[in-house]
Amino acid sequence: MIQCKTSKAISGMGHSMKRKEDIRFIQGRGHYVDDIKLDGMLYMDITRSPYAYAKIKNIDISEAMKVPGVVAVITGKDLEKYNLHWMPTIMSDTQMVLPTDTVMYQAQEVAAVIATSRYAARDGREAVKVEYEPMQALVDPFKAMDPSSPVLRTDKPGKTDNHIWHWEAGDKAKTEKVFSEAAVVVKEQMHIPRIHVSSIETCGCVADYDKINNHLTMYMTTQAPHVLRTVFALVAGHVGLTEEKIRVVSPDIGGGFGGKVPVYPGYVIAIAVSFLVGKPVKWIEDRSENLQADSFARDYHITAEMAGTKEGKILATRFKVLADHGYTDAAANPSKYPAGLFSIATGSYDYGTAFVEADAVYTNKPPGGVAYRCSFRVTEAVHAIERMTDRYALEIGKDPAQLRMDNFIKKEDFPWHSPTGWIYDSGDYHAGLQKAMDVVGYADLRKEQVEKRAKGELMGIGISTFTEIVGAGPSKDFDILGIKMFDSAEIRVHPTGKAIARFGTKSQGQGHETTYAQIIAEELGIPAENIQVEEGDTDTAPYGLGTYASRSTPTAGAAAAVAARKLRDKARKIAAYLLEVSEDDLEWEPGKFFVKGAPEKVKTIQELVFAAYTNFPQGMEAGFEATHYYDPPNLTFPSGAYICVVDIDKETGGIHVRRFVAIDDCGHIINPMIVQGQVHGGLTQGIAPAMYEELIYDEAGNILNGTLMDYLVPTAVESPKWETGHVVTPSPHHPIGAKGVGESPTVGSPPAIANAIIDALSPFGITHLDIPITPFKVWKALKEKGAYGK
Amino acid sequence: MEITLKVNEVQHTLDVEPRTLLVHLIRENLNLTGTHIGCDTTTCGACTILLDGKSVKSCTILAVQANGKSVRTIESVAGADGHLHPLQEGFKDNHGLHCGFCTPGMIMRSIELLENNPNPTEEEIRWGISGNLCRCTGYNNIVKAIEYASAKNRGVEPASTEPQFV
Repeated sequence: MIQCKTSKAISGMGHSMKRKEDIRFIQGRGHYVDDIKLDGMLYMDITRSPYAYAKIKNIDISEAMKVPGVVAVITGKDLEKYNLHWMPTIMSDTQMVLPTDTVMYQAQEVAAVIATSRYAARDGREAVKVEYEPMQALVDPFKAMDPSSPVLRTDKPGKTDNHIWHWEAGDKAKTEKVFSEAAVVVKEQMHIPRIHVSSIETCGCVADYDKINNHLTMYMTTQAPHVLRTVFALVAGHVGLTEEKIRVVSPDIGGGFGGKVPVYPGYVIAIAVSFLVGKPVKWIEDRSENLQADSFARDYHITAEMAGTKEGKILATRFKVLADHGYTDAAANPSKYPAGLFSIATGSYDYGTAFVEADAVYTNKPPGGVAYRCSFRVTEAVHAIERMTDRYALEIGKDPAQLRMDNFIKKEDFPWHSPTGWIYDSGDYHAGLQKAMDVVGYADLRKEQVEKRAKGELMGIGISTFTEIVGAGPSKDFDILGIKMFDSAEIRVHPTGKAIARFGTKSQGQGHETTYAQIIAEELGIPAENIQVEEGDTDTAPYGLGTYASRSTPTAGAAAAVAARKLRDKARKIAAYLLEVSEDDLEWEPGKFFVKGAPEKVKTIQELVFAAYTNFPQGMEAGFEATHYYDPPNLTFPSGAYICVVDIDKETGGIHVRRFVAIDDCGHIINPMIVQGQVHGGLTQGIAPAMYEELIYDEAGNILNGTLMDYLVPTAVESPKWETGHVVTPSPHHPIGAKGVGESPTVGSPPAIANAIIDALSPFGITHLDIPITPFKVWKALKEKGAYGK
Repeated sequence: MEITLKVNEVQHTLDVEPRTLLVHLIRENLNLTGTHIGCDTTTCGACTILLDGKSVKSCTILAVQANGKSVRTIESVAGADGHLHPLQEGFKDNHGLHCGFCTPGMIMRSIELLENNPNPTEEEIRWGISGNLCRCTGYNNIVKAIEYASAKNRGVEPASTEPQFV
């Protein structure tokens, strides 16, 4: 059970408080971008490229302009006049807003049609005639560096190949030495395929430029509204749109999952059009556009190696990544980390030697890479290490749970320095795995498996014991386009003791309106119910870096506690003044200060706040509000122990997930109900890439499954019944001991599922399968091993 | 062309293009923006409404096809006095929503599901909402929410809404 310091009426930390935001959503009163209607609002639709790589010979807009309702058609040439045809990416690369001469991926934006209705805009989009000269697309990243392959980025002066960057961490020489001397070395080539977040709400915006006041209001689906305001000012400052004249509003967002961090061309075109036309312009993409053109996730090809002893002591790992970034590097990473935090790939295990390296290449595909609950490439890192741990256990014939127990970093060894440079804050991995094994009944399952195998039945047990790294991050190392990755909270308590609090993050369903209120309730004793939380309006909320990579609790959650503590200090001063005692004579319990030894001498927080407006000590500033910008000293390192049990139909390759137990450790829990909901959703977004989802391209660069007809988002039928639980190892450096958790389940679960399936198939000599592991893939693997029908 | 339809018990006469999708009529002409659009292939069910009592995906029906018919959207589900429907209560109490984008469609679908099958099994619920995608919840709590409403509708005390978080 989770201990609570506050009463249910206050609902501080640990209470499963029902969500404040639900009341509008369950009645259809949410306020999402496409719900916005402004006077004179026009609609934008986008003509997109049918080719992955082609020269644009001509764009004929004459027929489109004749379509009733069409007001304007914008091409790259129009934007070029304002130097808005290209924009910077988060990784300081450049991305086309609209092309002037070449298209680089199928579904790329080519022209924008603006009309009085969305139907007219669609008619206009169909009437734009574009003449292309198709070229041989570069699709296979392994061919990107071939001298025979075309150099895609001819716009970059002096660029003679498709290499984007090389990055590495760890000790290469030491790792090579350990590998050359190790008794056991295992190696697999794996692909973490390209997938897509596919939040149920697609991306969109309403750009509202007011010519009279030279002011832009941009309502948009963004997870990082302040950063985008700054980016817009950097891109459009030269036409007079400086930062104080831009207001970005991120209203209710229908899911983000990382897909709503980047700046997409559609947003910039809408701003440009609103600026030129002087009217509000709405752009809402449809699902196909979202899947085909917006930020993808993953697409890492990993050569993974593990060295160890015959007895099962891990000695070293080596991971070599080939990253397919599409035609530009628009991955949403902190600027110093082009491969994100992939170097967490040494995982939960205590060994001293590792080397990771990555090379990124351009291909004729849309940009992206960092999205879908990846915590900056941690999904890829965890998949690599957890797959290889099982691979190693299989090689030496050791139980994979025992092998993990024998190699875990011990509870007492934290803070622990990893061979690639991270300092893990805290963890109790043995307790987590033991709990998962107890819940699932591990020993009995292994016995059952032996019996099943004797009968020729396929049953597999897969484990993933992962370490996450979330809460980017310390200003020393972490920035987005130079802006340090702090976050913020601003709390203002009204005279009657009710509060408004604003944050630099932006919920997309994670429940911030409820949980931030709970943090403040914990610190001040004001009921969470009476704390109104707001995010997403850059005019009113304090500057923050946004919500992604599970950073809200580690950063803005910390800021909330620190700001509330500033207020508690003020309340203490007022209490001392009112009770006529020294501050040292006062004791706090949530909601009141009382005199030590005389609990009848008491002032409630409500009385103290009222006094801050009506009767405060001489020299004290009136009012009761505080702000804090929190620069985290380190990231938080939540962890988890997941166990999956699968049964496989030998005839069809059909995979049934019989059990899935997920034990998460995210330190102190703010709201168990919400944490569990995040885990359920994240596990479903783990089974999705593990078994169903993949964006598939053919050799010409055509996307083969760019709609929900064949991009298989799981329904309630495919989603297993999740069994969830927790252990609590607080983060020692976080003000409330909390760690992020939102992405843990998506990071941790795919390797558990893959390990379970491969465990089931291992008697036939199958040592690895790439995700998504579909029935066809299983059937094919069995057939190749001569095991089908046996 | 001119059509007449009843939406949430209010009669409307509207002039619409024959190609106008019902979902757009609901959202744009009537400003009932609780009904959402999540795809373009009739897959996600975020646009689910009740048409003459049947749950339908309003993105896949022309507005003119609703001529003379009765539409119910999420905005009509709570009582006029603000009293929540058992499904709305179930979704809130069981944390059956996060971002809220699929929620209106889920609830509209579930209304018909429970009318046809007042006491469904878990499997029947899962199959019953398989036309509605959710990206946030992983469905488990949606199942609980529907079970909660089913119990309430039948006058049975619903199971605990406390999270089973061991």
